[in-house]
Amino acid sequence: MPLTIQYVPYEEMTGLDSEKRIQKLLKVVRQNRVVLMEGTLSPEEEAGLIEETMQLIDNKFKGVEISSFSPFDKNTKLLQEKIRQLFLQLVLGRKRGLTIIGPASIVKEIKRDPRSIQLFLSNRRQ
Amino acid sequence: MIKKFKGFLLSIFSVFKNKKHIKLGIYGPPNAGKTRLANRICQDWLGEEMGKVSAIPHETREIQQKEKVTIQSNGKKLSFNLIDTPGIATKIDYEDFIKRGLEKKEAQSRAKEATKGVIEAIKWLDNMDAVLVVLDSTRNPYDQVNITIIGNLAARNIPVLIVGNKTDLKKANVKKIEAAFPQYRVLGISAEYGDNIEDFYKELFRLVK
Repeated sequence: MPLTIQYVPYEEMTGLDSEKRIQKLLKVVRQNRVVLMEGTLSPEEEAGLIEETMQLIDNKFKGVEISSFSPFDKNTKLLQEKIRQLFLQLVLGRKRGLTIIGPASIVKEIKRDPRSIQLFLSNRRQ
Repeated sequence: MIKKFKGFLLSIFSVFKNKKHIKLGIYGPPNAGKTRLANRICQDWLGEEMGKVSAIPHETREIQQKEKVTIQSNGKKLSFNLIDTPGIATKIDYEDFIKRGLEKKEAQSRAKEATKGVIEAIKWLDNMDAVLVVLDSTRNPYDQVNITIIGNLAARNIPVLIVGNKTDLKKANVKKIEAAFPQYRVLGISAEYGDNIEDFYKELFRLVK
């Protein structure tokens, strides 16, 4: 059984409010697809996604694995870098970066470090 | 004008200073040792435990609160309401609990309660005055749950101390947590054995000042 990765461009999300964004992403995930979204969610949207996911969990749907990867290294200590990131964020919003969301029944684990993301898949049956 | 502005600032600070019940939350992913730390604090200062700990994830499935915990360090006193929260997760599979030895019904019920606990923990974020984010220092700190919790606290301007727990274990790596969150104070402790706990109490004064 092939694994489908669905690309969601940033433009598809811009006109939506937070709730609709979350619903859109979860709708794809519940079709047993892995979402590859251009850009990142805000921290509040990430929390909202977790809340919504928890409400959907039952004996079949086990939840999601999620990881986002942003070139904005918000954790930098350097003032110059902070200013540069702030400027880019003002210009580009949350467009830069990638977010991966997969159903927990398919994506067993997502391991992330500052420069890479690894997806570990469950053994899938036909 | 300047006087008025000064007065306004002072009134804001005095409200926080005189706030009688500072809410100190304990957040983190499941099995990082949140309740273990809550128990350590309560044992040290109240002589009683706060909640049950277990190797099976999601042992804490409801918000637990201990009121008026007073700690002392360097002759100073600090009082707060301690709030232990269920571990935040993005997935909960009852079959994982069965693998840990629970019966199917018990596992399903635990999973259901755990999902509610996660929602409750997120909702309580808005009530906190300061938060201890407890991370398992033997695990990869770049987990999205950690980033989401810390991101949400930052968005709400809630002061944070990151506690790298389980430093008694060989695989512990507090430096990796520091590298992942360099703008936060990170303190390595072992809640189980009390390693570095005096420094932890000193840090609490800095956090809730």
